[in-house]
Amino acid sequence: MASQPHEVEDLIRRGYEHGFYTEIESDTVPPGLDEDVIRLISRKKAEPQFMLDWRLAAFRHWQTMETPRWAHVHHAPIDYQAISYYSSPKAKKDGPKSLDEVDPKLLETYDKLGIPLHERAILAGVAVDAVFDSVSVATTFKDRLAKEGIVFCSFSEAVREHPGLVEQYLGSVVPPGDNFFAALNSAVFSDGSFVYVPKGVRCPMELSTYFRINAANTGQFERTLIVADEGAYVSYLEGCTAPMRDENQLHAAVVELVAQEGAQIKYSTVQNWYPGDENGKGGIYNFVTKRGECRGARSKISWTQVETGSAITWKYPSCVLRGDDSVGEFYSVALSNLYQQADTGTKMIHLGRNTRSTIVSKGISAGHGQNAYRGLVQVGRDADGARNYTQCDSLLLGDKCGAHTFPYVEVRNPTARVEHEATTSKISEDQLFYCTSRGLSPEDAISMIVNGFCKEVFRELPMEFAVEAQKLLSVSLEGAVG
Amino acid sequence: MSAVAHYVGEFARRRDTLPGAGNAWVDALRGDAIRAFEADGFPSSRAEDWRYTRLGALERKGFRLAEPGAAVDPDALDPLCLPLEAAWRAVFVDGRLAPALSHLPSGGDLRVTPLADALADGDASLGTRLTPGERRPPSAFTRLNTAFMGDGAVVRVEPGHTVERPLHLLFVTASADAGAASHPRLVVEVGAGASLTVLESYAGVGAGGYLTNALTRIVLADGAALEHVKLQSETDDAYHIASVDVRQSASSRYVHRVFQLGARLGRTEYDVALEGEGAQCTLDGLFLVAGRQHSDLRLRIEHESPECRSEQLFKGILDGHSRGVFDGRVRVHPDAQKSDARQTNHNLLLSRDAEVDTKPQLEIYADDVKCSHGATVGQLDDNMLFYLRARGIDGDTARALLTYGFARDVVDRITDDAVRNWVADALFARLPDAKHLRSLVE
Amino acid sequence: MLSIRNLHATVDGKAILRGLDLEVGAGEVHAIMGPNGSGKSTLAHILAGRDGYEVTAGDVELDGKDLLALSADERAREGVFLAFQYPVEIPGVNNTYFLKAAVNAIRTHRGLPELDAMDFMKLVKEKLAVLHMSDALLKRAVNVGFSGGEKKRNEIFQMALLEPRLAILDETDSGLDIDALKDVAEGVNRLRGPDRAMIVVTHYQRLLDYIVPDRVHVLSGGRIVKSGDRDLALRLEEEGYHWVRDQAAAPA
Repeated sequence: MASQPHEVEDLIRRGYEHGFYTEIESDTVPPGLDEDVIRLISRKKAEPQFMLDWRLAAFRHWQTMETPRWAHVHHAPIDYQAISYYSSPKAKKDGPKSLDEVDPKLLETYDKLGIPLHERAILAGVAVDAVFDSVSVATTFKDRLAKEGIVFCSFSEAVREHPGLVEQYLGSVVPPGDNFFAALNSAVFSDGSFVYVPKGVRCPMELSTYFRINAANTGQFERTLIVADEGAYVSYLEGCTAPMRDENQLHAAVVELVAQEGAQIKYSTVQNWYPGDENGKGGIYNFVTKRGECRGARSKISWTQVETGSAITWKYPSCVLRGDDSVGEFYSVALSNLYQQADTGTKMIHLGRNTRSTIVSKGISAGHGQNAYRGLVQVGRDADGARNYTQCDSLLLGDKCGAHTFPYVEVRNPTARVEHEATTSKISEDQLFYCTSRGLSPEDAISMIVNGFCKEVFRELPMEFAVEAQKLLSVSLEGAVG
Repeated sequence: MSAVAHYVGEFARRRDTLPGAGNAWVDALRGDAIRAFEADGFPSSRAEDWRYTRLGALERKGFRLAEPGAAVDPDALDPLCLPLEAAWRAVFVDGRLAPALSHLPSGGDLRVTPLADALADGDASLGTRLTPGERRPPSAFTRLNTAFMGDGAVVRVEPGHTVERPLHLLFVTASADAGAASHPRLVVEVGAGASLTVLESYAGVGAGGYLTNALTRIVLADGAALEHVKLQSETDDAYHIASVDVRQSASSRYVHRVFQLGARLGRTEYDVALEGEGAQCTLDGLFLVAGRQHSDLRLRIEHESPECRSEQLFKGILDGHSRGVFDGRVRVHPDAQKSDARQTNHNLLLSRDAEVDTKPQLEIYADDVKCSHGATVGQLDDNMLFYLRARGIDGDTARALLTYGFARDVVDRITDDAVRNWVADALFARLPDAKHLRSLVE
Repeated sequence: MLSIRNLHATVDGKAILRGLDLEVGAGEVHAIMGPNGSGKSTLAHILAGRDGYEVTAGDVELDGKDLLALSADERAREGVFLAFQYPVEIPGVNNTYFLKAAVNAIRTHRGLPELDAMDFMKLVKEKLAVLHMSDALLKRAVNVGFSGGEKKRNEIFQMALLEPRLAILDETDSGLDIDALKDVAEGVNRLRGPDRAMIVVTHYQRLLDYIVPDRVHVLSGGRIVKSGDRDLALRLEEEGYHWVRDQAAAPA
């Protein structure tokens, strides 16, 4: 036998690295949700009337909706009245005007997470919007981007400074009543990032948002909207962490992407929310709606995600391929260890002619984790020449976990070609033996094999993220050797 | 009147004339079924199991239990039957065994008991043999079948016997009533180490527009082997709903081939439980639909014990305004180590107005497994087309040959020669360009 | 008989053939050799009429007929035969009726009567014997369940059956053991004749020990960079393709 599970487990059990909590004075709204809370959020953000109306309409619709039950996840009912819907670190004045005014404790927090916000310290060529609980605390490189005509700011600022753009695009991809969690988000979302790249502009650096849930009993409901106008290009990264807490916390975000004719958006996520402890206690409920629309011809939207955190992940970054010759991509690595449950995948909706989509999903199950791929490939009546290729692979490490594949393929056009393939297996004894007989320790061998298994996805990530993702995967896998 | 009330009323009217009426256990079985049906009704359009198949038209039809006595011309049955010298034969007309048209063994390895007789004579122990296990909740249709089951057969092969001659069970609807329904039930029990080939086929020679609501229950003992071929060739305006429940003990082998060619709405559900270690099942299928036909094939394969194998190849050919649905789920239970599961689904769309929906699923709770599935939707393979054309065969002929080959591939998997040739013939009758094809391949 | 002039072709916008010239006379066997990626298989597929290649310049004539204007099946009926490197498996399509459809399509085109089942089987069995093949394969689907060697034998068997004017053998030797190689070569040699031309595409000279070519051409970078008799093949075997590439690169 190449591996000795117990020894290895003992050897390398290491905890969640980002589980610390920052002592900082917060302005937190008491738990509970009604129209007054929504008015309060809107007032705190000094929003124009159209935003308040929009939120209230979403809230009223949400009240008529039921929690979705179709996902392959199990959790106790969520008490939406026990959650606080707004929490922000207390600012001395109306808000920091520059990084120098940001609370040093916050900067320290981000330093500790490996996301320095001082521009000189930042990894070359990455602009960061840092969201702490419900608000954006800092956005770097704004001026430099503004020179190119690119808007990159917190959502709150966008509502104030660019209400026209917000009103035009908000909810145009994910309508407020789209689903239960999207409706909730539409009613209460507190902040997030906004990006607009004008016609013909290639964004000169990676844009990134770093989400941090800090306060207890709060939900995080951010909203991201990225618009790439004709011929524009932007690559956007998103990272997330949270402190270790015994109770579950809700994160219900909405991300909307719009790619106009010839535009390209590359959206990468490394999600490392607190997954809960080894008994399945605590952790983030990550119920996220992400959708992009290739509105114009020859546009392209590419989603890449590495999902290693959260107690429950419910997330289907999707592409609506409306423009002729548009391209949608989804590359995903999802790891479920401990008692984590992931139900994730994508939807590729082919509406335009010669639209193409590629789905590569790598699921890794370990411990008591349950990992499900759920995806829809739909080819509409007019989508002549549409093509889809889907590859879903699952790797099982240990006999207490589960790996599931639930693809839906719906084709209404005879010139389309759709191919779906899925495999499930464990790491073969042969592979392990080969590696260990060359002197690798079993855990290194497994880490190497798992990284190889995920390679097709990692190579889609921007360089700095790819390295981070590999490390994260190894850490998350520790103790999972079986 | 609501669709549910219609069937409840129909049951009240007919209960005393159904086989076994007055037998307490039979009455209880039927009574429980109709009450459960009354409570739950038909599946809602939001039920995941019925995501792609709407039952509105079927519900509105309000089918009536077929009246006995429709005349059948034996000559009309000839093309629907395997040659007598090749097989045993049981013919059911409007859900009732027609002894004059049948030819069954009298004693020996293979025992075929008409269900109506069994219901009238049998004791309560038969009840459990008739009914699928608790594992799967009954559906509206299996409940209706239990409430109304009229006839069918209990087929039994004694342990250790190999039955050489296939058994052909033909269910033909001949009623002049375009709203007639029959609810046949079939139980096949193959004893330890025994083997059998069964052909189950469905056709209509009467007014059409009828409903067949069939339930087949198969129990394979240790080491038993069954090759089960089903040909659904109902009239194009008929409704065919069927449920096949298979329980397999250790090292048993179930081989199934289904050809779903007829019916306005045709749905066959499979629930196969690999209960014993080393059990194996192979399910292959073809649906061929055109016009306004709707075909739905739903599979549930449960790997419950270690070292079981399952393999499926399902193909669909869609023309006209037809719609085809494939929903196949393989579930590997905890501790079912060394499971090997493979599933393939290929669909060929021949028309702009056809639609195919496919849903292959894997649910896996054990780690030492090899499982895969693949699904494709598209046209004929370019490489194959080029190969044929590079040998001088023109484009139209090459396409006709490849379409035929696509379907024939499933037929060729049938082991029994007589059954295979007979099914191939039935397939021809349904293929576009049949005449041209015959000239090429015969 | 076959005349290729200044042939340029691209795949997905990438140039694969860049001005290829080749003349093959009736009764001749020409070998085309070259390193991987030199365009050998592309040439074979373009001659057979496969979609997906764009001919951007040049022309190809067979007996004075413009080959490029014809579809794949029309070319086959004109006498072009491609022995595939990787013959595709076609489940469900039975070998016998596939072969019969092909033979009769070509016979009809040549103004010959179609063969009936009996004459067809007689012809088939005769050709099978030459390649030491069992008639069991007739009952199987096209190429399905064939080993690598059986697939290659099957290609040559089809060639014998269809009696082409121009036969193109695309890496027919790849994946063959020595016995199969000899059988295949013997099958090919029997088909050599004054009315038939052959192009043998191969990476190794081994096959040419058994099918001795009249001319050997080296394809590199989408062009024929050197031609000679069979000694050229032996030299290549010894010195590798670098030798030709270096020579071609050197100023004349």
